[in-house]
Amino acid sequence: MKKVSLNWVDALWRAVRAVSGDDAYERYAAHERSHHPEREPMDRRTFYVTEQQRRFSGPTRCC
Amino acid sequence: MKQPGKVLLWVAIAVLGASALGGIALNRGESINAAWFVVAAICVYLVAYRFYAGWIAARVLTLDATRATPAERLNNGRDFMPTNRWIVFGHHFAAIAGAGPLVGPTLAAQFGYLPGTLWLLVGAVLGGCVQDMLVMYCSVRRDGRSLGQMARDELGHIGGTAALIATLAICIILIAVLGLVVVKAMTHSAWSSFTVFATIPIALLVGVYLRSIRPGCVLEASLLGVGLLILSVAAGGWVHSTPGWREAFDLDGRTLAGFVIAYGFIAAVLPVWLLLAPRDYLSTFVKLGTVALLAVAIGLLSPEVKMPALTRFIDGTGPIFAGELFPFLFITLACGAISGFHALVSSGTTPKLLARETDAPMIGYGSMALESFVGVMALIAACVLDPGVYFAINSAAGIVGADPQTAAATISGWGFPVTAEQMQVLAHQMGEQTLFARTGGAPSLAVGMASIFGSAFGSGLLAMWYHFAIMFEAIFILTTLDAGTRVARFIMQDVLGAIWKPLGECSWYPSVLLSSLLVVAAWGYFLYIGVIDPNGGINILWPLFGIANQLLAAIALTVVTAILVRSGRLRYAWISAAPLAWLVIVTTTAALQKIFSADPKTGFFAAAGDLAAKLAAGALSPDRAAVAPQLIFNQRLDGWLTALFLVLVWIIVLDMVRVCYRHLRGRRAPMDTEAAYVRTQLA
Repeated sequence: MKKVSLNWVDALWRAVRAVSGDDAYERYAAHERSHHPEREPMDRRTFYVTEQQRRFSGPTRCC
Repeated sequence: MKQPGKVLLWVAIAVLGASALGGIALNRGESINAAWFVVAAICVYLVAYRFYAGWIAARVLTLDATRATPAERLNNGRDFMPTNRWIVFGHHFAAIAGAGPLVGPTLAAQFGYLPGTLWLLVGAVLGGCVQDMLVMYCSVRRDGRSLGQMARDELGHIGGTAALIATLAICIILIAVLGLVVVKAMTHSAWSSFTVFATIPIALLVGVYLRSIRPGCVLEASLLGVGLLILSVAAGGWVHSTPGWREAFDLDGRTLAGFVIAYGFIAAVLPVWLLLAPRDYLSTFVKLGTVALLAVAIGLLSPEVKMPALTRFIDGTGPIFAGELFPFLFITLACGAISGFHALVSSGTTPKLLARETDAPMIGYGSMALESFVGVMALIAACVLDPGVYFAINSAAGIVGADPQTAAATISGWGFPVTAEQMQVLAHQMGEQTLFARTGGAPSLAVGMASIFGSAFGSGLLAMWYHFAIMFEAIFILTTLDAGTRVARFIMQDVLGAIWKPLGECSWYPSVLLSSLLVVAAWGYFLYIGVIDPNGGINILWPLFGIANQLLAAIALTVVTAILVRSGRLRYAWISAAPLAWLVIVTTTAALQKIFSADPKTGFFAAAGDLAAKLAAGALSPDRAAVAPQLIFNQRLDGWLTALFLVLVWIIVLDMVRVCYRHLRGRRAPMDTEAAYVRTQLA
């Protein structure tokens, strides 16, 4: 069966995930695989916790 | 622009914008349709973005799409990562959008709709947007460095230290004033208090979900949280109408201030994932959703703006805040037009994500234009109220009288008719006990938003809309409170570390506790004084906040101007030097008036002297006399703080002039702080 063209739905979904940070772990894991295949990437939970710690170590919000 | 079609299109946009602006400025009728404001604003932003930002990008900055950005060169899959420009735009806008552009325009509506609208537009396109874009450009060319680091690199230690102190001061004043806005919105309102309290367990739940149940699944956790938030607004209605529960959540200002201070301290020392991160996700969702909803509602409904173009209060006798149109309009609008805080974000997270430096105009200039548009919408929401109602909600009891009849008579006497009965009906519709003297800007914005939403989507739910709007403001104010306390804590640890080394270690728990305690005590003090002040507190704190914010903007523009001059672009340096000069004039005039004015309404020291004289003469009522010593001390402290801000501005500006002069006379080699050119590998 030929795949139904849902390109724009797919694109929208990916954009929503990217804007909200939902796909942060996947992006990190992809980066680790391609750039540092020799080392073990962090698991989801460790990544999430350390990433939040880093994000909020500087000004993230304005008045 | 070769195609005639494009030329025609831009001519049409320019003509449309100019006619809408002319219509707003020259209207002398009873009311004017909000659609004029929306059309004028959008056309101004479009023309400014296409031509001014485009010209700056091409001629002044000569942005180069072939130059690899820090995101590409330093890609680590985490903070440095080339990202689609629309996604960066979303991130950046979510980060810069806060409560300031909602509260500032609401308060500035006391001058009428015209001054606020004009400065929101002019200030943004010539000042705020330019600042955000230039700071972002400078940071992108310097491996994503922060404003503080750039200030040290370009100006030296004096400029760098001044930037650090200013950031700390602005954080503390900012948190105090925003905390006051929330406290004022919750005071003696069981529905609001319940809803705002409920956001805490909801955020904790989302935090645990995101860490332990489904790690990092931000979308589903946020949707769950937003659903619960809406449910909590509905549950608040039940609390409001249920005896027993209503009394339990009907709290006075001092108690609520105590809760907010305790909350601020606990939030600052808890792990980020538990409270701050989930609250941040929730507030971003709610904020973007509500702003979009407000735009749709104003578009659908195009309500009539009932506020006059100019009110009599441009002479400085306004009840909401004292001071004449110049300079206090600019100080009050603050972040809607030019916000120094944005420079911290534009030189923080965002420049590490840009895939191409040619994305900087859209993200830096465009996000700020959108932020200014949010300010215009807040101004519309304030101006669609009957002016009498607007002044009744926003004028403190200490100014118009505590009793509804007296307050209504005072306000009607100014030429803005309102009756106590009318306010009672309105309060009942909104599910509140009273709407008199609900200072701080949040309640009047919520009434404005509720009436716009109510007419667009059905008026049966006015009370729900009102409390949704209060929840919406409270949730991202509390996020700013957490995040700001944390930023201030890092700076405090930096400062303390210079005194005794172990205190500078960010992860040493005693140091975390001590520095958090100091920061919370500092803003908690200003918040508490604001709550006990019978004149509402906001009339003192908001100008102080505005001055601090514009001071930070002046620092950012100083750094940028120094960079422009030192990189051989003296002839174009006016793009940042002109807004800088304006800011210096505005903040200096405002600060001098706040310090030296003999009018107790405007001058801090004059107010302290006036109150001390009344106290000594026994002319105060017992409850006022009880708080008078604290208020007198606070007015003097605020005066000295303003003097500190003034000195800081001039130190930094003179330091910049010195650095530029030495550069131009060839006494200082052009230090190359820019990262070297590397050709991009991205397609």
